[in-house]
Amino acid sequence: MLTMLALLAGALLALAAAAPLLARSAAGSRALQAGTAGAGLLMLAGGVGGLIGAPATLTLPFGPPWGPARLALDPLSAWFLLPVGVATLSAGLFALGGVHGPEAPRRLAPWPVFLAGMLVTLLAADGFTLLLGFEAMSLASWALVAHDHAQAENRRAARLYLGFAGMGGLALALALGLSGGAGGALDFAALRAAPPEGLRAAAILALVLAGAGSKAGLAPLHVWLPLAHPAAPSHVSAVMSGAMTKVALYVVARFVFDLMGPAQPVWMGAPLIALGAASAVIGALRANLEEDGKTLLACSTIENVGLIAIGLGLALAFRGADLPALAAVAAAAALLHALNHAAFKSLLFLAAGEVLHGAGSRRLDRLGGLIHRMPVTAWAALVAVGAAAALPPLSGFASEWLLLQALLAAWRVGDLAFQIGAAAATALAALATALAAAAMVRFWGLVFLGRPRTPRAAGAEETGGAARAALLVPAALTIAFGLLPGPLLDLAEPALRLIAGAPAPRSGLLLVGAAEGGARYWPILVALLLAGATALVLWQVRRRAPAGVARGPAWDCGFIAPPSHLPFGDPATQPSAAGFGQPLRRMLGTSLLAAREQVTMPAPGDPRAARIEAGFHDPALAALEGPLPRWRDAVAAQAERLRDLSIRQCLGLSFGAVVLMLALLAWMEAR
Amino acid sequence: MSFGQLPYDVAHLLAGAVLLLSFVLLYQRRIGAVISAFATQGTLLALAAAWQGHIQGAPGLYVTALLAFVAKGVLIPIALHAIVRRLDLHRTVETALGIGPSLVAGVALVALSILVVLPATEGARALAREDLAIALSVVLLGMLMMITRRNALSQVIGLLSLENGLILAAVGVAGMPLVVELSTAALVLMVAVVAGVFAFQIRERFDTLDTRSLEEHRGEGR
Repeated sequence: MLTMLALLAGALLALAAAAPLLARSAAGSRALQAGTAGAGLLMLAGGVGGLIGAPATLTLPFGPPWGPARLALDPLSAWFLLPVGVATLSAGLFALGGVHGPEAPRRLAPWPVFLAGMLVTLLAADGFTLLLGFEAMSLASWALVAHDHAQAENRRAARLYLGFAGMGGLALALALGLSGGAGGALDFAALRAAPPEGLRAAAILALVLAGAGSKAGLAPLHVWLPLAHPAAPSHVSAVMSGAMTKVALYVVARFVFDLMGPAQPVWMGAPLIALGAASAVIGALRANLEEDGKTLLACSTIENVGLIAIGLGLALAFRGADLPALAAVAAAAALLHALNHAAFKSLLFLAAGEVLHGAGSRRLDRLGGLIHRMPVTAWAALVAVGAAAALPPLSGFASEWLLLQALLAAWRVGDLAFQIGAAAATALAALATALAAAAMVRFWGLVFLGRPRTPRAAGAEETGGAARAALLVPAALTIAFGLLPGPLLDLAEPALRLIAGAPAPRSGLLLVGAAEGGARYWPILVALLLAGATALVLWQVRRRAPAGVARGPAWDCGFIAPPSHLPFGDPATQPSAAGFGQPLRRMLGTSLLAAREQVTMPAPGDPRAARIEAGFHDPALAALEGPLPRWRDAVAAQAERLRDLSIRQCLGLSFGAVVLMLALLAWMEAR
Repeated sequence: MSFGQLPYDVAHLLAGAVLLLSFVLLYQRRIGAVISAFATQGTLLALAAAWQGHIQGAPGLYVTALLAFVAKGVLIPIALHAIVRRLDLHRTVETALGIGPSLVAGVALVALSILVVLPATEGARALAREDLAIALSVVLLGMLMMITRRNALSQVIGLLSLENGLILAAVGVAGMPLVVELSTAALVLMVAVVAGVFAFQIRERFDTLDTRSLEEHRGEGR
């Protein structure tokens, strides 16, 4: 199985090399996209095979100068192959449906490299290969983010993203250097044999959180994500949100659960829980305020990554407190949510891409009423929106329910400070879940319900074929994952054993239980109950309704009839994206997102209209774009002064450097 | 071969004398005396190379010695004296660092090079070790001279004296191919020629050899 996956990575790279040729014709582009969709299917198969079969290792016949590159497929990497596979499969299908002619090679070539980078990161069994895959993933996705570089905002997003990618790679390289095994060996077996302790472990954790955490979108290093994810083509956005963030979380999990050894103290989990809770709230709140559909979805990704990070942190803390059964519950929540999020978030991004293609806009204020023109997209998106809002019996509910169960059991860790922190995290996670539900209602309602806000939205067209399949596959998976979390947890059993050292929480075909004698969740029973209740209501309504349904005009909320030059109604009579978000912006936005609202009243007698201006900005981005460039400029100005040195001072500089080096040498020899 | 035996003692004496001349270069204020000290250093270097050729039984080193004597001991000093006469330079040299502090710095540099070389070359022959330490000191003193003098001519002499240190290191190590020494010497000779041309140009344009005057004429920043 591992050999197959390694060959798959090679095949993807070959596909990238052939991309300039394939991009010349529609058939070639279709072949490439079909190849990536097939790669997604193979990754899924590889993941399932890796979870069922025994762990395998593979030493490649080539590698860095100091040794061969090593690959391995163990349960943890096999599990994370599943979300990557789901996202890749759907995105590949969507891109296949979107090919209508020759493509720009710039848009086509980095795409297989991006997928291969994620695959190599998951399979890596030594530090160098891990970094290689991670950086290939970063750079290829940067090229895709920058593909539409004619627009200034995309250039800015790409620049910011590249800066974060460089910083992340550097932090990961430093983390690997700090955790190097005997003699600086970087293969995972050597790293496991020399687990770090105390201050060194804290430094490695901080570096991993800065490196992989920023790539996953953990606050406060999340600011690039709402800019970069929407800038990429829709199928790439889907994979970036659905899969790349999971690969980053995999790197975090690989470090904290595996490479740093099993004997880590309780507090190691605290930073993950705190950052996760902060990301969840910030992401969900921003999702309620953004007015661009894809940006909204990217913010929702931050929220979900935060929830997964809380799960991972709880598992780490429970393991440190010697509560393996609870650690398994928390880890199960995190792993399950990673998979569920990959399915429903890919679906949402693809639906947003379909809307962009059909109705010509990403802005919520230019859409509306699309359920009539794009029914398949609307219903598929409804499934994903329900899952993202954690409605039973869809997939998001099962994993978030498990997460809350784990959070509610956090009092069993004896430390009082940890208990208080976990209680606060529980409140924040619940708040984030509720905010996410509100954001999803807003997204779906504004895009698909109501009346069209522009003529373009009224004339939207749905594409069929592979793009439709790309929406239906993840929708079916979201329903299936929601109804059958038990079998999924059974499949995840080896990965949970690796993380928590304990078997998966009690589960079966029909139910999931947090602990022996604790709360249980029967998803299929809940689904039947809901279906029964819905059928009852429908039946009652039908029974009481008069015969023969007449379709009337949409109620105009009491406004006067629109003038004839506004055939789709007065836009002001429908809620706008900003108006929908206003209560939350006033309630939470002022403190968390520096939201402001300013009313400009003209002087009495002035015929100008009164203006209301409202907006918000992320304080993290302001902090990043404020002092950081200032420091950089100050350093550059200091370095600039070196150019003004005289000949003697230049000579003196090199002389001083030589003497310093010699003194250092003498000092090292003396020791 | 160790302390108390004639080959060792003579080699040590000659290398030490080269180092001593480096100090002389460092404290001389008059340009004529600086050039004479440099000529003496070149001659002593040639003697050291010839002696090494004798005790190592390497006839190639005699060629090195001859080249060093002709170039460093005779031709370059004559050329430098000619430049001084033709340009009618001030006979005193302005120093950027006082004589006392530069001598103290020089002693510190010698101590540093001994501290660096002796532990690093454990296991090598005693002669080669001390030779390397002295050669490194000569190199560092040459650099020190380049940065403590304001006069372009003194800076060129500092560079040439630095090169003397390199040749001293090369001849002290048995088995160093001749081509390395020759190419190093040729390189530094070329640099010296270029520097001489520049000195003439600077003098023609600015009527001084003080490199401070160059700083006022840089194209940017000021």
